[in-house]
Amino acid sequence: MSKRSDMTETKNWSGQTLVTADHMLFEAPRTKHFMTGSEVLKEAVKRCTVDASVSYPITPQSEAAHLIGELWAEGYVGVYFRGENEFGVMSEVAGCAMAGARTITTTSGPGTLRAMENFAQWSGTRIPCQLILMARGINSPLTIQPDNLEVSYMLETGCQIWYAENVQELFDMSIAAFVVAEKPDVHVPIITVVDGFFVSHTRESVMLPEDDIALFPYDPYKSPLPPIDSETPPGRFLRDPFVMKSNYISYATHASWQWEIRSAVERSVPYAKHFLKGLVHVTGDADAEIAFIACGTASYQAKEANRELTKLGIKTKVIKLRTIRPFPEAELLEALKGVKTAFVPEFNVVGWLAKEVRGALYGKSETEIVGGPRVAGGMSMPAEAILREVMEKINSGKGA
Amino acid sequence: MANQGPAYYSPYPTAVYEGVITPPEGKALLLTEVVDEEIAMREIAKVMLTSKNATIFPGPQVLYGYNEESKKKAKLIKEMSEVLNANMIPMYDYRPKYPKIDAEVEINPNHPNLTIWHNNIKAAIFIGVHCHYANVALKIVRAETDCYTIAICGLSGHEDAMATLRDMHSHELEKFIKIAKEVKSELKL
Repeated sequence: MSKRSDMTETKNWSGQTLVTADHMLFEAPRTKHFMTGSEVLKEAVKRCTVDASVSYPITPQSEAAHLIGELWAEGYVGVYFRGENEFGVMSEVAGCAMAGARTITTTSGPGTLRAMENFAQWSGTRIPCQLILMARGINSPLTIQPDNLEVSYMLETGCQIWYAENVQELFDMSIAAFVVAEKPDVHVPIITVVDGFFVSHTRESVMLPEDDIALFPYDPYKSPLPPIDSETPPGRFLRDPFVMKSNYISYATHASWQWEIRSAVERSVPYAKHFLKGLVHVTGDADAEIAFIACGTASYQAKEANRELTKLGIKTKVIKLRTIRPFPEAELLEALKGVKTAFVPEFNVVGWLAKEVRGALYGKSETEIVGGPRVAGGMSMPAEAILREVMEKINSGKGA
Repeated sequence: MANQGPAYYSPYPTAVYEGVITPPEGKALLLTEVVDEEIAMREIAKVMLTSKNATIFPGPQVLYGYNEESKKKAKLIKEMSEVLNANMIPMYDYRPKYPKIDAEVEINPNHPNLTIWHNNIKAAIFIGVHCHYANVALKIVRAETDCYTIAICGLSGHEDAMATLRDMHSHELEKFIKIAKEVKSELKL
């Protein structure tokens, strides 16, 4: 088993040279590769000095979980094992992280829902673990296809949520995610979302730094809660959980604790801005009166629509949200200046992102928000579907 | 922190919801303002020296930290209490105390207001408390008391305190004590 005691000040247990996240993400030379999202996640984890990973198979994240297991066999990941089911996995992730391990896991769709209670427990215990969520549809009826409805269930768990558009973003985000989640004033879990299959199983060009470097290890003694360590009294959080004796404590304790978790998510903003180069990315025509607000592969399709509309002489811009929690309200408002209509294309039936956008902008922006187009259950979102929405809006009653 | 308490009812809105977050490296926070560390140190010393029943709450990281830095810090905190004419009430651990806390001898993050009410504390320094518990306590204190709270933190600071210093290790504590002595002399105390 690879372990901390095998490390030196400059090398981790597998002999990789330890570097900062700034060096890894912004300075180290990169070379071009051709990989799927699952494969690139393996490459990211390989460079993160990960102490522990727990897995359970469910489509479409099984391959990513399997490849992290290969990293354990190769000596890059400290501990790797399969849980009993997703509830077990997320509980075991909590145990690893509370004990001071940099921990990662992956899941999808029904697996996410099976494990649901744990996500609020993760944030409540201030563990900085990372979940790679390869979004798929939720039963019933059974589907293994891409659909991001499950993200809506995660919105109020107290976890940070980042959304990667493509293979390259998945690589960079999943490295930065550890670093931001482990900041002492943040220190809440982070969920890095990609659309299942569209990213997990699609091979794309990706620029990677060499694999002989890796992040410095996580320092659990900077945790805002004491790690479980019998050498560090009073490690009493689990042995004497106050929630079981809530009739003896101030009503304000639970409320204060919950607001502290949400405050911690907001404290991630300056760090996320640094590593992601902004919480939103805007492309297209700066002076456009029509915008698309999207995340993940929906933003890629919106960029396709932008190209087609440009050919028709219609100016549009794409506002890609890279973080959902924290919700990038200020940056979104800035990007919407001068925009009369904003469309929110989504891969789900409920339009959770449109609801988020409307809630954030209410009373602060005059931009009309159009929730659509929406596709779900594995449907693709051709640029034509987005064009139709736009043309019907600007050419009402005359057809697309 | 935008508003000093009491809010009488709820820790909401917390400082973050009022647009205040932890200060950047090298800086400190005084209410809503990011200021130079030395300015904050002078203000903290003044508040502690002029407030009724000023108290220091040392937490587990200095009470039980079995390392040289913690030992050094603990001695400096004792010196700080003498310079600031402050009382010292420890936060021994984080378990809620039931059926009733002894508010004269300890403070607890789950009901810190009881200790502050009982001892009529108008200014307090939290030091050596793990950040999460400090933040939980600071929110409750602000909601339920009119105590001016100060967080002296070894990590990133605490925006829910009315004043916060960050990255405070023994060297910086020595600097604070020196400034506190100057302020004390200026105030002729």
